[in-house]
Amino acid sequence: MKINKEKHLDMYLKMVQTRKFEEKAAKLFVQGKVHGTAHFCIGEEATGIGVCSALENEDYILQTHRGHNQGIGKNMDINRMMAEFLGKETGYCKGKGGCMHIADFSKGSLGANGIVGGGIPLAVGAALSQKYRKKDNITVGFFGDGAANEGSFHEALNLASVWKLPVLFVCTNNYYGMSMNVNKSMNIDDISIRAKSYGMKGLAIDGNDVLKVYEETIKAKKYVKEHGPMLLVLNTYRWMGHSKSDPQAYRTKEEVREWKEKCPVKRYNEYLLKEGIASVDELAALDVRAAQDIESAVDYAESSPEPRIENILDDVYAD
Amino acid sequence: MREITYAEAINEAMSEEMRRDENIIFLGEDIGVYGGAFGVSRGMLDEFGEERILDTPITELAIVGAAVGAAMTGLRPVAELMFSDFITFAMDPLVNQAAKTRFQFGGQASVPMVLRAPGGSGTGAAEQHSQSLEAWVCHVPGLKVVIPSTPYDAKGLLKTAIRDNNPVVFLEQKLLYRTRGEVPEPGDDYTIPLGVADIRKEGNDLTIVTYGRMVQRSLEVAEKFTSEGVDIEVIDIRSLVPLDKECLIRSAKKTGKVVIVHEACQTGGYGGELSSVIVDSEAFFYLDAPVKRVGGMDVPIPYNPNLEAQVVPTVDSISAAVRELL
Ligand SMILES: Cc1ncc(C[n+]2csc(CCOP(=O)(O)OP(=O)(O)O)c2C)c(N)n1
Ligand SMILES: [Mg+2]
Repeated sequence: MKINKEKHLDMYLKMVQTRKFEEKAAKLFVQGKVHGTAHFCIGEEATGIGVCSALENEDYILQTHRGHNQGIGKNMDINRMMAEFLGKETGYCKGKGGCMHIADFSKGSLGANGIVGGGIPLAVGAALSQKYRKKDNITVGFFGDGAANEGSFHEALNLASVWKLPVLFVCTNNYYGMSMNVNKSMNIDDISIRAKSYGMKGLAIDGNDVLKVYEETIKAKKYVKEHGPMLLVLNTYRWMGHSKSDPQAYRTKEEVREWKEKCPVKRYNEYLLKEGIASVDELAALDVRAAQDIESAVDYAESSPEPRIENILDDVYAD
Repeated sequence: MREITYAEAINEAMSEEMRRDENIIFLGEDIGVYGGAFGVSRGMLDEFGEERILDTPITELAIVGAAVGAAMTGLRPVAELMFSDFITFAMDPLVNQAAKTRFQFGGQASVPMVLRAPGGSGTGAAEQHSQSLEAWVCHVPGLKVVIPSTPYDAKGLLKTAIRDNNPVVFLEQKLLYRTRGEVPEPGDDYTIPLGVADIRKEGNDLTIVTYGRMVQRSLEVAEKFTSEGVDIEVIDIRSLVPLDKECLIRSAKKTGKVVIVHEACQTGGYGGELSSVIVDSEAFFYLDAPVKRVGGMDVPIPYNPNLEAQVVPTVDSISAAVRELL
């Protein structure tokens, strides 16, 4: 598949922005500037960036709790993401939702979900709506390997399949649902075979290869518009603990180290250089820019006003 | 007496019961190696092994459903939901199955299980991880509902819940897990009956009826009013179902003024039931003022910490309600 340079550099920048966003967010926790918890996607950048880079603005996504890469991939505003993370009025959810609930409906993001598996049936409904409204678009429902064991996953896949809806189910398989390895949570090696029991196409690929993810999503987009839903499994790994506080007794340092060697950002960087698509200087400049973008997002967030209790009743109900 | 945390007290209750009765199993997400999302079950896998400490996939419906099936057939499961908010996925096995089994089968079976789940706000976990949903389960005959406010109560009540032959929903309070309190030495096998309220502070001028995290806050309010010469009684109901109605009625008759405090949203909250128990009784004729409820605002729990702190009852808002009645 021919991908132009601009697209390559855009995906690369977004992957680095995601990496820096997460690193900065983790630091803000340590500095005590954030209340609550967060789930970082370092190591998984290629999944959300690769998939969302293949989508149109009008394609929908339903994000997970570990979805900053999905948001950045869908062109969300990093300033407003950071402001939400810091609970500010200027954040995407006016400081009411926090980083587990970031959403930008104007960019097709129907929201991140704090309920594991909560978004999967919603993706079915969004795709039903697209089909009903005769839109030439698709919905991507993101979820983790752990979520694939919730009843909501199975019910959603079945319904989407019998209704032949334009939905792409994307399972970010990082091999763990919190502390549980997939080899304990399911009795299969390949999550994509679950598609078969719903009469649906399934495919598992290397989720750390952003180009592969991008290309397969382009193909899947065409496929689901013509034939109905598909399950795409992206095999990847989360480098950090599950959330803010996780001693990680359930895995070895060795395993983490091995996966860090398969860093998706570094891999893409090396690919772009090797193929002569970009120069060392060009990529270094993007690294610097990404870091600056995150710093200015923090400045923006920190200088933004706190939400006011006077407005607490806003948005409990629509007018 | 030694002091331990609320989380440790719950761990001790489960562990002591599991040593006593080998039919007790414990199942839930990340309760094994991880030791539970809030560290409640630390060490239990080492002691009891994988046969009895069952780490499950992320599958709330099947966790609770399996607990019900196991309970119907001779085991006494304790099931854990990582957050009580996830009870939504487990509502069918709890409400349509566990609560109905004994009655609809004419007493042939019983469902001796405990569903433990932490609730409450204050941790910055936002809308889907901070709710207080106890009213939902109180409305279902066949379920018992307990919310302990101290390590001592948590241990004594959980032991009783585990020995009970009915499904008991045991709602813990996230913000209390790290709080410490006096608890007898391990092996001192005390239990606390369900349906017996605890008068945490005696008083003659006004009664605060509360439970869970709001007990401590209500005690602070009572303390504050002492300096003004107002003598407040604070009742921790501890078990919502069954409810110690006599205790509430007696106290209301004595003080003539009642404020009910809970964190859960006020509309449809259990405070409405508590209020009705009082005004539906002879205590009505002793009341000097309307029964006042101080519940959470009728909004989802917001993320921003300042907002989050203000949508649930505060020392100020409880004090204001007290003052209105004086
Ligand atoms: C219904 C529900 N159950 C449990 C949780 C607690 N929890 C949050 S994330 C998580 C692990 C999810 O695993 P997976 O779907 O693989 O996503 P990952 O975290 O690995 O990205 C768990 C158990 C939750 N938020 N919602
Ligand atoms: Mg996972």
